[in-house]
Amino acid sequence: MNKDEYKKLVEKHTPKEPRLRNIGVAFLVGGIVGFIGEFLIYMLTSSFGMSESIAGVYTCLIIIGLASLLTALGFFDNWVNKCKCGLIIPTTGFAHSVTSSALDYKKDGLITGLGSNFFKLAGSVILYGVISAFILVIVRVVIGG
Amino acid sequence: MNYLYAFLFAGFACAIAQIILDNTKLTPGHITSLYTAVGAFLSFLGVYDNLIAKFGAGATSLISNFGHMLYSSALQGYMEEGVIGIFTNMLTKSSAAITGAIVFAFLLSVVFKPKD
Repeated sequence: MNKDEYKKLVEKHTPKEPRLRNIGVAFLVGGIVGFIGEFLIYMLTSSFGMSESIAGVYTCLIIIGLASLLTALGFFDNWVNKCKCGLIIPTTGFAHSVTSSALDYKKDGLITGLGSNFFKLAGSVILYGVISAFILVIVRVVIGG
Repeated sequence: MNYLYAFLFAGFACAIAQIILDNTKLTPGHITSLYTAVGAFLSFLGVYDNLIAKFGAGATSLISNFGHMLYSSALQGYMEEGVIGIFTNMLTKSSAAITGAIVFAFLLSVVFKPKD
């Protein structure tokens, strides 16, 4: 068997990622998270008389709390594997990464395991968020005064 | 109508992320960091407030909103207190999200056992 034939054989047997389906699922699931957020804001402002910004904070907390709870119960890992970006890009992804790394490293102890690995995945979001915001504010200040 | 806009925008952002994930070697960690930085940049351009006004929770429930909160509170800090305000106000708006994630994750991880 020469190289080209071998390559073709490998390609034939490599499982193909169903890309179009992935995009559709990500769109649908991400959209549902946005929809739930909008619904929660509506509920909180209309039934509890909260201001829009306070309702936004509560909504954020509810979504984070739900995602953490579902991660701790063991459902969320499967869902993230199936829906990928649909659950990674909303705030649920942040909560999921914190909770799952906390759970995974708990066995190594509260300080050396849970504590030091707590922000293992979410750390990059906080780090690059703060750095980019800092640089952009400096740029804005230099340009705009 | 608000629901439809929120659904479409959040779905759109996730679909773009999925396209990036499938067609490049970037990991989900790269993409969430990228989205946060993009959120800060859109806030810098003054676009993100308009997005929130139009799409509501569709824009605020995404990770890019974290970048927007960081940038807008840092800028507000600068306006009120000068350069030191950037340092003292950077995390004010995003405090709820970070503290919430820390508290829930810690309590739940102490109570529950990891499933494998």
